[in-house]
Order: sequence, then structure tokens, then C-alpha cells
Amino acid sequence: MKIKLYLTIILGITFYFYSCSSEKEDTTVIKFWAMGSEAEYVTKLIPEFERKNPGIKIDVQQIPWTAAQEKLITAFASDNTPDACQLGNTWIPQFASLNAIISLNDLIQRSDIISKEKYFEGIWETNVIFKNEDSVVYGIPWYVDTRLLFYRKDIFKKAGYNSSPKSWHELYDLSKKIVALFPGEEKYAIYLPTNEWNPFVIFGMQAGADLLTDNNSKANFSSREFKTGFEFLINFHKENLAPKGFAQVTNVYQAFAEEFFSMYISGPWNIPEFKKWMKDDLADEWMTAPLPGYEGKYPGVSLAGGSSLVIFKDSEHKEEVWKFFEYLSLPETQIEFYKLINNLPAVKEAWEDSVLKNDPYLEAFRIQLDNVVPTPKVPEWEQIVFSKIQQYAELAARNVLTVDEALKRLDEDADRILEKRRWLLKNQK
Amino acid sequence: MKRKEKINFKSASGAAYFFLAPAVTAIFVFFFIPVIAAFFISFTDFDIYALGDLSTLRFIGFNNYIELFNDPLFWQALKNTFYFVFAAAPLSIAVSLGAAILLNSKLIKFKGIFRLSYFIPVVTTLVAVAIVWRFIYHTRFGLMNYFLSLFGINPIDWLGDPDWAMPAIIIMAVWKNFGYNMIIFIAGLQNIPEDLYEAASIEGAGGFQKFKSITLPMLAPTTLFVSIITMIGFFQLFAEPYIMTQGGPLNSTLSIVQYMYQEGFRWWNMGYSASIAFVLFLIIFAGTLIQFRLQRNAA
Repeated sequence: MKIKLYLTIILGITFYFYSCSSEKEDTTVIKFWAMGSEAEYVTKLIPEFERKNPGIKIDVQQIPWTAAQEKLITAFASDNTPDACQLGNTWIPQFASLNAIISLNDLIQRSDIISKEKYFEGIWETNVIFKNEDSVVYGIPWYVDTRLLFYRKDIFKKAGYNSSPKSWHELYDLSKKIVALFPGEEKYAIYLPTNEWNPFVIFGMQAGADLLTDNNSKANFSSREFKTGFEFLINFHKENLAPKGFAQVTNVYQAFAEEFFSMYISGPWNIPEFKKWMKDDLADEWMTAPLPGYEGKYPGVSLAGGSSLVIFKDSEHKEEVWKFFEYLSLPETQIEFYKLINNLPAVKEAWEDSVLKNDPYLEAFRIQLDNVVPTPKVPEWEQIVFSKIQQYAELAARNVLTVDEALKRLDEDADRILEKRRWLLKNQK
Repeated sequence: MKRKEKINFKSASGAAYFFLAPAVTAIFVFFFIPVIAAFFISFTDFDIYALGDLSTLRFIGFNNYIELFNDPLFWQALKNTFYFVFAAAPLSIAVSLGAAILLNSKLIKFKGIFRLSYFIPVVTTLVAVAIVWRFIYHTRFGLMNYFLSLFGINPIDWLGDPDWAMPAIIIMAVWKNFGYNMIIFIAGLQNIPEDLYEAASIEGAGGFQKFKSITLPMLAPTTLFVSIITMIGFFQLFAEPYIMTQGGPLNSTLSIVQYMYQEGFRWWNMGYSASIAFVLFLIIFAGTLIQFRLQRNAA
């Protein structure tokens, strides 16, 4: 038995090396890392590219979303980066500050396929970082997402609303009315879990908050504007319009179907899930809508999300990678990718296709995507939002701290995280 | 008494070193070097900027440790970890001992099946177990609240209430781990000579007296081993809260290891994270020493 095993291993290794060396010398192999199901489906687009570009082979490696950032940084630390990769666009500042990814300015300049105007402005912005007074584009949007309102049409009607709320005031008024529909029952109007920081930042930005100041090196959450948005959302928790804990809701979709809450601020990845859970007579009772706005502005802004394509500094095949990026950015490829996996296309032209135009749930996204803004583009941002904003939102929602105290301590903590950045900025001058 | 044989010390030690070499090399390369490196890193502000450009690395002396002692979240994590260790470890040992004594009794049939079923949680993947327990603890549909409702107890928001989240995790951890210690206790019990009990019976000792005066003292070495292993394991609490509560609600289940992981591998504050690791090491080290001392005094 053992001998057989050894033989198989040795044979396997020999074949592996044999097949490597027998590969044609003029073939360039591009290592491309993609995450989760994107990796699975992008492989279906590759044969077409390889047919058009003989001599280039794409080797896709799948890395799970949850471990992606760690894997990429570890790969960088050990000089094992791939040629190219998919990167959540909020991660770009980190990898840019690591000098792990390259500026795409020249490549874009020469390209007929990729140019700024073809993309949603707010989304494109997330890939641009100011470095030594120049604006450097580090990534090309691949697919996009943003958060908006998922709501129950039937409950809205019962509460006397025939359309989605257009202003903060309407959102609040509607929430009150929804809760009043179920006296004595444990039902809520909106789900605003404190382990999702996004709505808190979105409402702050809608009210005009400048989140970080002094070249993004000083926290500014105590500002009147941020407080307005933050407090507005915290009040939903305090007035029992939103469930306090997030452990209470183990399955968001089921809870939505059971009217446990009737509104949820979330992204396009949830469309297929809601379709799956809202069955039979509920199938037509939900919809998406752009976010309500602050003081007469409609729609209110949301955050620019999605994934971008980046090239690593150590890649020896940057031109070939760029060809692949251009192929992925063609409207046809973008539509094809949408059909495979339902990721929203980053190229605006692709949205003219009937597949996207005829989907009623996507109309709101089309409108919202013209109203998106990037979050501060510093590597520390992720830590500030995930550990600090969520922490203080929870403390405020549970009334452990007042909103003022929470925001003051949020500023202190964020400033501590930004200490190194201030030091770097001072020393560079 | 056996007479010591004379051995050729020189050549024997040479051979011993030769045989030890592979293990020692591996321990040195994969244990001591990383530990020493981490110790140095804990005096720097090694972070994502330093990873990109080493010239931004600053040697900051004891600042990480000073900051750590002023960090409310660290104290919270420390408090939670101690709460967990001091509640779950004795409970787990008591449950294992109880189960071991029951299973060692002559009255029990099908011992194999019981041993197996008590041991199964130990070998089940922790992640799967934690996910299942999340459902058990669900406020509205959970099995736990259903049982409590049979006794007229109002539903408890196990994982959502800051006061209940840690007890919930303790119950789960005890259930998950007692089987392992139980097996060790059974082995210990089987080593107690039967004639001791017989002699005690003849002297007229009752069940409890036998337990107190024979079983417990004879099990002392086993108990020492079990309590040290359990304590070390429980100080490293990580996966249960990581999966079930992510440290919440209100950081009431945030453990030291989880905090260390977050700082180090989520935010890349390696320097700060390394300092947390060393504080944890000192705590476990102290805990082990104290246990040795207590046990020696008792013996």
C-alpha cells in the first residue's frame, strides 16, 4: 500500500514538472486572484479572452472573502503576490500605502476601452489617491455596489405610504406608523444592526459631515453634521423602531418575510436572496428604493462600494494583465458577468442592456449609483469603522453612553489610530 | 532498591544530543525564534506602514505596554477572559469528574456507548458546534428557551444580552470540553486499587467518605494535570465568541486572544498585538505556577 502511494506521488510530481517545462515558451501565464464566487464565475469568461489573445493564459486562484485581506498582505510580506487581483475598493488605500500596487495612469491614458467617463463618478473616485500632489488611479472598477433601501410594499401601504420615504422626516414618520400597525407584538420598522457601520456613515455624510480633517489625519466625528446623522439613527434604536441586538436576527431574509422589520439598508448582493425568501404571495410585496435625503435632497447619497482590478508591483507581465482588464471592462463582458453572478456592472454602457433595464429591482440602484461618495481613503479607515464606529454605535444604541459621549470617545480612539499617519505627514514635509 | 548501573556518560550524552537534535532544531526554529522576534516587535510600532516601508518603523520602548494598560478594551477583554476561566474551568472539571465517576460505576451498562457519546463533542469541529449552538440559543426559536418555557421561565436573549452572553458561552464550552477530561479522569479512577475501597467498606465508611478520603487524594495528580491543561486551554478562548457573538454584545464576550487577533491580523498593529500576546503569556505562566504551588502544599 505504502509503496503504491509513494509511486503515485513521485509520478504525480514528475508529470507536473514535465507539463510545466513542455509548455510553450512564448505563453505568458498571468496569476489572477479573485474572491469567493467571483473567482468561480470569472473562469467562464476566460476561454473567450484566451482565444482572442493566444499566448496569454490566465491562472485564476480563488481566495475566500473572509481571509482575503490577510492572505494578500501575507503574500505581499513574503514577496508572493500574484500579477493581478480583485480588491474591495475600500482596501485600495491600504495596498497603495504598502506600495504593493501600481499606478494605472499611463495605461489608462493609452487605452481606448478604459476611461474615466465610462464609469460612475463616485465609484471611480474610490480608486484615486492623492500622492505627492498627483492624483493616481490605482484600480479599475470591475463591478459596483452600494447600499439602499429594501422595503415591504404591503406594509408601507398599510401604514399609508404608497411610495418609499423621500426624506429623513418621512422615514421616521413611516417607521412610527409601521410599529403602530402591530400593537403588542414584537415588530420593528427598520433593521439597523450596529455591526454594520455603513448606515451610520451614510447618514452622517448626507448631513454634510467631513469625517476626517487635516489631510485625513484627524477625526471629526463630534462635528454637528455627523452628530445629526448618527443621532437620527440611534433614535430608531432608542424608540424601539429598530431591534437592538443583531443576535436576535439570525436570518435577515426570514425576519423580513415575517415582517419582523419592514426596511433594511443593504446592497445588491441581497437581491437574489430576497427573491429566494419572498415567495408565493410575498413575491411582489418587496421593492428597492434610493435612500431618503436630508433637507430636501433626494436621493440621499450612499457609499461607493464594489471591487476593483489592480496590478501588483512585482508583476512581470503588466501589459498582458492590462489586456485582460480591458477585456473584462468591455460592456459585453460586463453584461456576461452580470448574467453569471448578478454583480452590477461598473461600466455605465452595460446598464443600457435589456437584462438590466428590465429588472425592476435594479432601477433604484441605477439612480443611487449616480449619487455615491467614497469614504476617506486612508489605510486606517477600515479599522476606524469596523472596530470603533460599530463599537460606539452599539454603546449609544443601548444607552450606555449618550450620543455626545460616544462621539467624543470615537474621536479620541480614531485619533489614536491616526497617530502614525500624522507623524508620517509631518516627517514627509 | 535498584542499584544504578554505571554508564559511559560521554558517549551516551553524544548519542542523546544526536537523537534530540531534530526536535531541538525544530523547536528552536519554529518556536524560539518567532517568540524572540515577537518580543522585539512588541517594543516597536510595527504596522501596515512599516510593512510597506521599514524605515517608518519606530522603536517605542514600553509604549505599547503603557498604552495597553490604559486601554479600556484590553481590561474589558482581560476581565471577560478571567470570568470565563474561573467560571468555566472549575465547572468543566466538576462535570468531567462527575461523569467519570458515574461511568466508572459497576452499576452502569453499555459504558462504551456513554463514553463515546460524551466524547463526541470534543472531536466535533468547533465551528460547526458553535453555529448549531447559535440556533439553540435563539431568543424566539431556540431549544434552550423552549425548555425554560416548560418551567415557566421567560425567554432569555442569550447571545444578545450583555449579562447572559458569557454564561451562554460558558455552558457551551463546558458541554464541548468535559468529555476530554472525563476520559483522563476515568483512566485515573481505574488506577485506584480496588482493595482500598474494600478496606474502607469493612471499616464502615460511607460513599461520600470514600470519595473524600480515597478517590480525591488518589486522583490528585490527575486533577493537577487536568486543571492546568484546562486552564491553559480556556485562557486561549477564541473560536466560541468569534463565531457566536464576535465579541459582543457591548464587548461582553471579547476575549484576550480575540482582541490580539483583531489588532494583529485584522488591523496589522503587530507591535501592539505582540504586547498583548506577552501579557497573556505572563498570565498563563503565573497561573500555572500558582496551581503547582497550591497542589504541592496540599500534598
